[in-house]
Amino acid sequence: MLAYLPVLLFVLVGLGFGAVTIGLSTIIVPRRENAVKNSAYECGVEPVGNARGRFSVKFYLVAVLFILFDIEAVFLYPWAVSFHQLGLYGLIEMVLFILILLAGYFYLLKKRALEWE
Amino acid sequence: MAALMQNEAFQVALWAMVKVGIILGVMLGVVSYLIYAERKICGHIQARTGPNRVGPLGLLQPIADVGKLLFKEEFIPAGANKVVFHIAPILAVFPAIVTFSVIPMGPAPMFVVTDINVGLLLFLAMSSLGVYAITLGGWSSNNKYALLGGLRSSAQMISYELALGLSTIPVLLRSGTLSLSGIVDSQAGNLKAFGTTLPLPNWGIFHWYLVLPFFIFLICSFAETNRAPFDLPEAEGELVAGFHTEYSSMKWALFFLGEYMNMIVICSIMVTLYLGGWHGPGVDKFAPLGLVWFLTKLFALLFFFIWVRWTYPRLRYDQLMGFGWKVLLPASIVNVVIAAVWLYWRANA
Repeated sequence: MLAYLPVLLFVLVGLGFGAVTIGLSTIIVPRRENAVKNSAYECGVEPVGNARGRFSVKFYLVAVLFILFDIEAVFLYPWAVSFHQLGLYGLIEMVLFILILLAGYFYLLKKRALEWE
Repeated sequence: MAALMQNEAFQVALWAMVKVGIILGVMLGVVSYLIYAERKICGHIQARTGPNRVGPLGLLQPIADVGKLLFKEEFIPAGANKVVFHIAPILAVFPAIVTFSVIPMGPAPMFVVTDINVGLLLFLAMSSLGVYAITLGGWSSNNKYALLGGLRSSAQMISYELALGLSTIPVLLRSGTLSLSGIVDSQAGNLKAFGTTLPLPNWGIFHWYLVLPFFIFLICSFAETNRAPFDLPEAEGELVAGFHTEYSSMKWALFFLGEYMNMIVICSIMVTLYLGGWHGPGVDKFAPLGLVWFLTKLFALLFFFIWVRWTYPRLRYDQLMGFGWKVLLPASIVNVVIAAVWLYWRANA
């Protein structure tokens, strides 16, 4: 477990670096605020509404599909590492698993879930 | 005190602290001159000279830029979610720094910070975290351009991450380990094929079933680092500056720093997985040469990134998503199956 200690240090340094930089900059940067400066930037015209509205459902769909295929990848990693110990049985099992996933992939294509019109 | 010095955990921590200091310092220096190199190369590609006023050949330009950014006025837009707005830039640099703890930059133990047996998984986990910085930064600004940039970026990055993750699997099939040092070791020596030893190094890229994954990984890295031709999140013609439209001063600088650090990290991973890591002629006689080889390959890839950025036009968003899902993803899955069948056949026939 000792090998993970440097990773933990890097995590702390990584968080600390950003936090210290932002902390220092809040102390030294000048601030002369006014209402116009603090309004959202919309190319010079008066901002209309705010950005907390609705957006395309397509983005949610991509996120759901990502989770499906990412879990596939998660199953592939342990298999790939112990590939040579698993032998023919492991190979056939994984090919079947990938074929089932590909069936799902073709269903997505057929349903036009991957189109962006 | 003497007892503390004998403590193994303390020694590991001490060495890691020294190395994290060196790595962070070198990274910051490399990033500032990478930005200079980008502007200079971009200038020459566009038949200009690039920055040439501050110092000889403009070499002091990065220092002037940092000084300017430090003293810039900072805005936080009204209606922004202040907490998230401050956290997002920290998250932009955090993953790149953490990933550097597992990259072998030369022969162990001198040039390796730590060799954990899930090194590649750590890289994948951290590259996924990079999405948060951009999405949260875009959402918290309460700006429509920033929101659109953030959304586009998260959809793009998760789409290309699939193909990126799958294209590393043939490497694992060959090496049988997730440790990055183990993967580098599996690429030592000369290539053996057709029953003889060829005058080629045993790097991943010289094995036929790793050629396609290398190019898939390369294309996905452009998308993961949000660089042209996949820089849709900050397409300046459509979205002003995308997710960091409302960021200024050092917060903006952290996003910029994160982008270039991620570029260095992803190129290092590419060198490690496909280009033989720190292996090269003469490393077995003189170990520090490993670092030289590693950096040579790294800078060659970084130059390629810059070259591509200033050569290719930007894709349209539907083309981008279509390419990721309909070309790269199936290609990488099929390649996994082909590589597995080939490796099994070769081991057992």
